[in-house]
Amino acid sequence: MIGALTVLLVFQLIGEAFARGLDLPIPGPVIGMGLMFAALVLRGGPGGELRSTATGILQHLSLLFIPAGTGVMLHFQRLADEWLPLTVALIASTLLSIAVSALLLHMLSRHTPHGEDRS
Amino acid sequence: MKPALGEIWVYLSTTPLLGLTLTLLAYQGALWLYRRGNHHPLLNPVMVAVAVLVLVLTLTGTPYQTYFDGAQFVHFLLGPATVALAIPLHAQWKRLKGMLLPLLVTLTIGSLTAALSAVGIAALLGASRESVMSMAPKSVTMPIAMGVAERLGGLPSLTAVLVMSTGILGAVGARYVYRLLHIEDHAVRGFAIGIASHGIGTARAFQVSEQAGAFAALAMGLNGLLTAAMLPWILPWLESLLR
Repeated sequence: MIGALTVLLVFQLIGEAFARGLDLPIPGPVIGMGLMFAALVLRGGPGGELRSTATGILQHLSLLFIPAGTGVMLHFQRLADEWLPLTVALIASTLLSIAVSALLLHMLSRHTPHGEDRS
Repeated sequence: MKPALGEIWVYLSTTPLLGLTLTLLAYQGALWLYRRGNHHPLLNPVMVAVAVLVLVLTLTGTPYQTYFDGAQFVHFLLGPATVALAIPLHAQWKRLKGMLLPLLVTLTIGSLTAALSAVGIAALLGASRESVMSMAPKSVTMPIAMGVAERLGGLPSLTAVLVMSTGILGAVGARYVYRLLHIEDHAVRGFAIGIASHGIGTARAFQVSEQAGAFAALAMGLNGLLTAAMLPWILPWLESLLR
């Protein structure tokens, strides 16, 4: 597990260095993910340890959002003042983007020769 | 002399231990409730845990910053977890390759829909500029969204709240949208929820199936990249249009 965690942190570190060094608007961990992905494609897949550690972390992804989410308490006043536009925009936009994306992908993947029938 | 309970509290509340332990306890409790409630979407563990924590912090008069000093150890893991998303992504790579073009088209349209509809609706209904700018990256994974909001002149910590709410809304509402539209394919479901509601949607997708999770993770990652690259260019233009 420690070995796998080290690998993840090293990729994150390289990603951060890239982001800062080249002044990219993309966060370091996302670049790290891209590099890790490229490494996996080149190597033909992760080892068992890396796979199980990653699965373990991702199964509890929800936990990692709790500290930042609790920051809602800093914004109660603003949320009370602007609750209507914020709520309507959040709900409508979220459901709309799920619907648009799902319908579009559903239609496109049915009509391309490389669609679902291959899997 | 034995210290009074109050003094012990004063000591504990200044160490990281308390914030960290509280976070894990709230999460475990919320997970337990979620399982007991047959995974009902309104019992979303993130939402329940956050509600419990806000209540505890408010009742004990603990400032958020004091809590976060401890909880940041959990928060920090968002970085390595983002990197770890490469692994399920790679597991689905064969299938993804066959669908690359539809995925990229969907990503672009979905990403624009998520950002522009939020900005447009909030602005038309009279939200303040800061709120609108904090709203723009709401569908993007938290670390990216906070960075983007800062560039746009929003408030990163407000963005965290909006991102959070978007994630929960997606995790709660997606199944109804899919039912309405008769979308069955786990790949399509995962990809759409990943575009609209980032990590929380992805966490939800992983509970459905590994395939849904991998497609959600892919959508989340790509949407993060795309939004971070596009929004700083598009929004000033949109702002002048709305004025």
